Order: sequence, then C-alpha cells, then structure tokens
Amino acid sequence: MSTPESNAGKLALMLGAILLFCAVVGLILFLASLARGRRADRVTAYLYLAPTLIMLAVGLVYPGLRTIWESFFDAAGKAFIGFGNYETIFTSGDQLTVLGNTVLWVLVTPFVATGVGLLYAILVDKSRFENFAKALIFLPMAISFVGASIIWKFIYEYRPDQGNVKQIGLLNQLLVWVGGSPQQWLVNSPWNTLLLIVVMIWIQAGFAMTVLSAAIKAIPDDIVEAARLDGVTTWGMFRFVTLPAIRPAVVVVLTTIAIAMLKVFDIVRTMTGGQFNTSVIANEFYSQSFRSDNQGLGAALAVLLFVLVIPIVVYNIRQLRRSEAL
Amino acid sequence: MTTTTPATPSVPVKAKDISAAAVAKRKLSSPFASIAAIVIAVLWTVPTFGLLVSSFRPERAIKTTGWWTFFSNPVLTLDNYKAVLDADEGAGLGSYFINSIVITIPSVVIPLTLATIAAYAFAWIRFPGRNFLFLVIFALQVVPLQVTLIPLLTLYVDAGVANTFWTIWLSHAIFGLPLAIYLLHNFMRDIPASLLEAARVDGAGHVSIFFRVLLPLLRPALAAFAIFQFLWVWNDLLVGLVFGGGGDAIAPITVALANLTGTRGTAWHLLSAGAFVSILVPVTIFLFLQRYFVRGLLAGSVKG
Repeated sequence: MSTPESNAGKLALMLGAILLFCAVVGLILFLASLARGRRADRVTAYLYLAPTLIMLAVGLVYPGLRTIWESFFDAAGKAFIGFGNYETIFTSGDQLTVLGNTVLWVLVTPFVATGVGLLYAILVDKSRFENFAKALIFLPMAISFVGASIIWKFIYEYRPDQGNVKQIGLLNQLLVWVGGSPQQWLVNSPWNTLLLIVVMIWIQAGFAMTVLSAAIKAIPDDIVEAARLDGVTTWGMFRFVTLPAIRPAVVVVLTTIAIAMLKVFDIVRTMTGGQFNTSVIANEFYSQSFRSDNQGLGAALAVLLFVLVIPIVVYNIRQLRRSEAL
Repeated sequence: MTTTTPATPSVPVKAKDISAAAVAKRKLSSPFASIAAIVIAVLWTVPTFGLLVSSFRPERAIKTTGWWTFFSNPVLTLDNYKAVLDADEGAGLGSYFINSIVITIPSVVIPLTLATIAAYAFAWIRFPGRNFLFLVIFALQVVPLQVTLIPLLTLYVDAGVANTFWTIWLSHAIFGLPLAIYLLHNFMRDIPASLLEAARVDGAGHVSIFFRVLLPLLRPALAAFAIFQFLWVWNDLLVGLVFGGGGDAIAPITVALANLTGTRGTAWHLLSAGAFVSILVPVTIFLFLQRYFVRGLLAGSVKG
C-alpha cells in the first residue's frame, strides 16, 4: 500500500470524488434554476436542502434512534433485556469506576483549563509580547489528541530505578533531582486519571484563553476607566468589573469544554488504553462495541453520553438567553 | 468629541496613549504577574519542545539519556524521520500521511459546499417548515458521534462500501453539517437584505446572486469553517478508527500513530518523529490562518 502507484491512485480517487460531488451540486443548482412560477422559491429551497436533509436523516437521526433501540438488547443484539444494560452501567464495579472517572474529567478539566486560560489572558493583556505569548498557549489546540498523548507520555515515561539506568521522562527526572524515586505515573490509580486530565487541560487552556481574551477586550474602556478613577484595586477590578462583564463567555467556555470531555476518548485510549482504572464512558463505549462485541452495552453507553450532554446544553442556552435579556 | 477645532482631537488620543502605556508598564513592573505568565508559557511549551528535540536525536541517545542532556552533547540526525516514513524498515507512516490528505480534503469540501447552499436556503428563501427544519439541525449539533457509529457502519456494510474512503468522507461530512449550517446561517443573516434585493431587481437568479453578491462577503466565514473542519478531520481518531481501522489501506495517520503507541510504546525514536510528521500540517495551517481559526472559535462550537 505504500508504493507510489497506489498513493497516486488514492489521490486520483479523491479528485474523482470531488469532481463527482461538484457535478451533483451543479445538477441541483441547475434543476433549481429551472423552477418557474409561484412555487419556484419553495422548489428551490427544498432542492438546496435535499442533500443535507437526506444525509442528516440517514447518517444522524436514523442511527441515533437505532442506537437507542439497540441499547435495550443483549450483547449479541438478539434478546430484549429492557434496562438491563443501564443497570450494568450503574451497578457493576468496573462501570462505576468508568462513571467516576468521567465525572472527574467533566468537572476538573473545564474549571482548571478556564482558570488557567483566564489568568493567562489577563496577565498578557496589552503586554508587548501579547500575540507571541498567546500563540504559545494556543498552539496545542492545533495538535491532535493522539499527538498530545505522545508528547505527554514521553513526559511521564518511567525507567526502573536501578543502577545506572537514567530517566528519560522529564517528570521522573525532576523527581530524582529533588531526591525522590521515579514513579510509574500512568499505572498508579487514581493519580493516573488526573495526569491524563493534565494533558487535556494543556490542550483546552488555549481555547479558553482565546475566547476569554476576546471578551476582556470587548469590555468598554470607559467602564474600566471609571473604576480606575474610583481607585478600585486590581482584585476589585477583576471581581466587580472584568468577571461580571465576561460571565457569558466564561459560561460558554466551561460548558463547551465539559461537553467535549464527555465525548473525547483519544487521550485515554492512546496513553493507557483504559487500563489501570483510567477508562471513561467514551472509551468504554469503544471497547464494548468494537473489542468486546457487547453491542447492547456499547449502545447504552453511547445513549448515556447523549443524555449527559443534554443538561449541559440546556444550561448553556438558558444562560445565553439570560445574558441576552439583560 | 463634538468640538471641531483642529488642536483638540490630539488631546484625547494622547491621553489614551498615556493610560494604555501606564497600564502596560504597571503590568510589566509587577514582577509577580510577569513571573506567573512566564511560568505558564514555559509549562505549556516544554513538553512539545522536549519531544521535538528528541525526534532529532539518535535512537540510542533517546533511549539512554534525557533530551535535556542534548544541550551538553548535541548530536543531530534525520534517521528517525526516515525510519518512521519508510515502509520497509520502519512504521511506513508515509502512506498514512497520504491517506490523511485524501481523507481530509473531500471531508472539508463536501460539508462546506452543502452547508453553504443549505444556509442560503434557510437565510434567504421563505418556505414552509423553515423554522422547524432549522431548529432540528441546530439541535443535531449536540448528538454525540458515538450514538451514530454502529448503525452507520451497518449501513455502509449493507451498501457494500465498507472500508473505502467513501465511508470516511460521508461520515465526516454528515458530522460537520449541523455546525457548518448554523455558523454560515448566522453569518448570512447579518448581510443586509437590500444587497440581495438590488440584485434580484436586476433579474439575477439565486445562483448568480450567490456568486456575485454573497460569496465575496462570506469568504471569512467560509475560511473559518474550512480551517475548523480541516483541523477536526486531520486530528480525528474516532471516525478514522471505526470506519478505516479495519484495513491499513485507508486509515489516517492518527490511527497509525495510536496503533504505534500501543504496539511499540517504547520506540520513542519512531513515536517522536511520527508525532511531528502528523503535527506539521495542522500547525502550519494554524500559524498561517490563525486569524480565521480564532474567528471560527469565537463564533461558537459545540461540535462532536
């Protein structure tokens, strides 16, 4: 598969697919332009929406409903077992660990990432190196979760503490320098989950910083000026001027990260494979569905993800409505 | 500033300069703030830097000494990159890299185009069911991919297209559509209706209105979504794993790297170089088009 011919073949296939796609879109636009008369607009709109609606119905709505249905069946997808899979999720020891870890991910990551991002946005605001300083924190956003996992796995790398074996992981070397003995960071529960969360905080802080920095810059100058003339302290300025003004942005950042935390499994899968008590719902879904061939349980875990996302989204929308009403 | 005398405008400008400079100065002169900012910046940079340095060190050196010893004993090599790209003696990431390109370009072009015409219909054409359909699409943004994967895979198998690029293209396009339509619709609503009316009075149809009037104005929004989707698809693991994981022929580089971490977790000379091969493209795109990417982020994102 690595011969140049096959690579050329793949690229040719890609070009062909794009041309085919352009032809389909061109046909739709052409057909729509033929529409005449009182209902012309209506026909045009439905033609423009047709590919999207078909794809979403077949690729999102139907599979979603189908998964909900399958979550009530056993591992092979044959026998109806009611809420049996959900019972497993909330009673079996392994699954409870998974739930606990997920809660940790969803609670710790948004708050720490937002805190760091906000602190950094304030610290570098209007400084001479602002753009450069922001790019440093923001860059991890462009790196895949898999790439980030490799970067951090190298930080946590462990070498047995014997004779002349030197540590090659930075964290263990720092520990050795201050006189400690190296640890198997990714094996020791529950700290390993927190160390995986650190990777995600490293990625998400840039997102928080960017959005919050834009919000800080949007605070009207005269408000800041008035507060300063009143002799407000730095902390008072943050507490009574900055924070209330950027509250809607903070809520969006917190909820966006929280939702992403429910769905992401890349870091857990790449760094520990979900071993050593580090699995989360999204990873467990993958393992059950594609490794253990437990279709029913996998479907139930996916549905649980969906159910957990909804309250966060509702909270987000309600907060946005409230801030728009003010 | 209602006064029109030529001397006065310079006064507030000057005053503002002084206050901005004063703020900056106070920030810089506060040692705690500067130190805190530098500590965060260093913490955020060192992990990547360490792996980058390692990717250029000889295999033996990586395995026996920490990357920080590089500065006292600098030896550089490109062997790791040769090994990780080469199919015969290394990980053969080269062909996965091509796979990622083949996957990503249509996965950006298809949802971008379809979302543009759909958003146009939602924004500028009146038709029955418009609000309801838009609300449904808006709501679909929150559906986790996990919910759709297995039935979708079954559909692909039944249709006889399993393990082809078509499944990955279609899946990414489907998953990208709701956010794309939402973003582009919001952007299109902000364009004054008078512009379109003027063109319509001139007898222009929808297609020519779109290309002549809207497209130039939409460019930043299209760029924002394109970059967003590009990074999303290039960095994706889940979709690549589920629909392309079966055969090596179509798997993206993220899947290959994740597998390499699993099977050769201590082959740091391959992992470090491989990670940077995969990081190179998104980081380049990001550095050059940061402006649009930030705009895409600010426009709101509840995707996945």
